[in-house]
Amino acid sequence: MSGAITLRNGVIAALLLALALLPLYVQLTGDRFMLTLFSRIVILAIAAVSLNLILGYGGMMSFGHAAYLGIGGYTVAILAFEGVPSAFVQWPAALAASALFALIVGALSLRTRGVYFIMITLAFAQMAYYLASGTARYGGDDGLSLDTRSTFAGLIDLSNKTTFYYVCLVLLFGSILLVWRLTNSRFGMVLQGVRSNEARMRAIGFPTFRYQLAGFVIAGTMCGLAGALIANHTEFVSPSMMFWTRSGDLIVMVVLGGMGTLFGPVFGALALLFLEQFLPAAISTIVHPFNPAGAAKAGEFWQIVLGPLLLVVVLFARGGIDGLLRALSDRAHAQRKRGHG
Amino acid sequence: MADALLRIAGLAKRFGGIVATDDVALDVPEGELHAVIGPNGAGKTTLIAQLSGQLMADSGRIHFAGVDITRTPAWRRSHLGLARSFQITSLFLDHSVLDNVALAVQAHAGHSFRFWRNARLETGLRQKARAALEEVGLAHRADARASLLSHGEHRLLELAMALAGQPRMLLLDEPMAGLGPDESARMVAMLRRLKQRYTILLVEHDMEAVFALADRISVLVYGRVIATGAPDVIRANDQVREAYLGEDDHV
Repeated sequence: MSGAITLRNGVIAALLLALALLPLYVQLTGDRFMLTLFSRIVILAIAAVSLNLILGYGGMMSFGHAAYLGIGGYTVAILAFEGVPSAFVQWPAALAASALFALIVGALSLRTRGVYFIMITLAFAQMAYYLASGTARYGGDDGLSLDTRSTFAGLIDLSNKTTFYYVCLVLLFGSILLVWRLTNSRFGMVLQGVRSNEARMRAIGFPTFRYQLAGFVIAGTMCGLAGALIANHTEFVSPSMMFWTRSGDLIVMVVLGGMGTLFGPVFGALALLFLEQFLPAAISTIVHPFNPAGAAKAGEFWQIVLGPLLLVVVLFARGGIDGLLRALSDRAHAQRKRGHG
Repeated sequence: MADALLRIAGLAKRFGGIVATDDVALDVPEGELHAVIGPNGAGKTTLIAQLSGQLMADSGRIHFAGVDITRTPAWRRSHLGLARSFQITSLFLDHSVLDNVALAVQAHAGHSFRFWRNARLETGLRQKARAALEEVGLAHRADARASLLSHGEHRLLELAMALAGQPRMLLLDEPMAGLGPDESARMVAMLRRLKQRYTILLVEHDMEAVFALADRISVLVYGRVIATGAPDVIRANDQVREAYLGEDDHV
C-alpha cells in the first residue's frame, strides 16, 4: 500500500530529489537567494517534523513549540558570545537545554488537558520570550548577533552556504527517519494509542503520562536542533523567534501539510514559506494595473489570502497537502483498476 | 469467603448531590461468574469504573487478590490482573484488528520505551495477540481494518483485548449490548467457555443471558445492593421483583 508507486509517493520522491539537487540548480543559475530560502525552509521543516511527532501522532496541542527554536538558538549564540564557537559544545548544549525545558514544561502541562494544556505550553514559551527580552547582556529586545557560525574543528565549514544547506538537509532526513522509526516502534504505538483514547490506554495497562512526557521531550530536543541551525543560518537570534505567533506558524505548517503523516510537515513548511515569500509580490503584480500607487502596500496584506486558504484546507482537505495527494493517488488507482476490469 | 478474589466494602461515590454508588459491599470468589443487574441509572457503570480505576471511590475499600487497590491507578490494576472491557471499541480504528490486540499484549510485555524496532515485527506480541483472537473466534479477521468490523465482531475484539493481558479477572460492561439474537447466543456460549478459566464480574441488561450464566447475582438499585444470591434466590426475591424485574412487565 505505502510501498507502491503512487502519485503521492512519486511527489515525495521528486521533492526529496529536488531538495538534494537544489545546490546544483543554484550553481547553474547563480540564484544564491534560493539557497538561503531553502536552508530556512529545511530548518523550519525540522521544527515542523518535531512538532508533528507530538501534535500529529501524539495529539498534544503544544502552542509553545517555537520556544525550543529560541532556546536552541540562544544557547548557540550565547556560547559563541562567551567565546565558545565549537559546535561540539554548542550543539549538545542546545539539545540539552531544550530537553530540560521540555521536561519541565511537559511535567507540568501534561497533567492538564485541552485548553489548559494549550495555555500552559503557551505561557512557558512566552516566559522564555520575556526572559530573552530582559537579558541586557545578550541584547535584550534587540537580539544578539553571532560573530562566527559554529565550528567543527575544521572538519565542516558552515560558512560555506552549500555545505550549510547540506548539513541542514541531512539533519532533516535524519529527523524524518527518526520519526518514522519512532512511530512504528512500541513507543510510537503507545503515543498514538493515547491520542486515540487515553482512558482506554490506561485501562489496558499503560502508564500514559511517562510516555507522553518522553514524546514531549524528544520533540522539544529535535526542535532545539532546528534552533541551533537557525541561529547559524541568520547569524542572529532575537526574542521574536520565540513569540507565540512563531509557534502558530509551526502549527500551521503541520496542519497545512498533513497532521500525523511522515512528510506532511515538510510539505507544510515548503508551502507556508513559499507563500510568505512570493504571495506579497504576486498580490502587488495583480493589483498594479488597477492601482499602481497602492500595489506595494497591497502586498503587505498577503495574510488576507493565506487565512482563507488555511480555512479551505481545514474545512475541505482534512489531511492537508499529504491527504490531498493521497486522495488523488487513490482516485488514480481506482481508475486504473476500472480500466483493467 | 475469606479468600475472595475481589472484595468490595462500603464503596461510595457521589457526583455533587447524586449518590451513584452507596455503601456497596460485594465478594467475588475465584472462579465465580458474578452478575450485577439493575435498572438504568442504578450505578452499574460507575461501579465498573471504580473497580477498574477510571473513577476513584469517595470512601470504602476494594481488595483484589488480597491487595488493597482502592487508590491504585487504572494501569497498575490492569497489571495486577484486573481487565475491563468497554462498551465502545475505540483504539486504532484505522489499524488492523491484530494491531489493536497486539497493543493490549504490549501493555503487559515489559516497558514500551523501545524507540527503534518495528513493533509490528515483534513475533512475541503478534503471536500472543493471535492467540487471544483465536480464543474469541476472531482469528480469521486478524488482518481486517478494525473500523470494518460488524458490531458483533467489535464486541469480540473488545473481549480479545481484555484477554490479551492474561488477566485473572474480567470486568465485562454489557458485552451483549446491541447484539442480535444469533450473536447474543454465540456470546453466551463464549462467556460460558471463558468462565471455566476466568473469574468474571458481568454487568448486563440481557436477563436471559444473566440467569443462564451467573453463579450469583447482585441487584443494584439507586447505587445500593438490595440483594445478592444464586439466580433462583434472586428470581424469588420480592424486593427485587418490585424494584427491578417488575419493571419489565411494563415494557
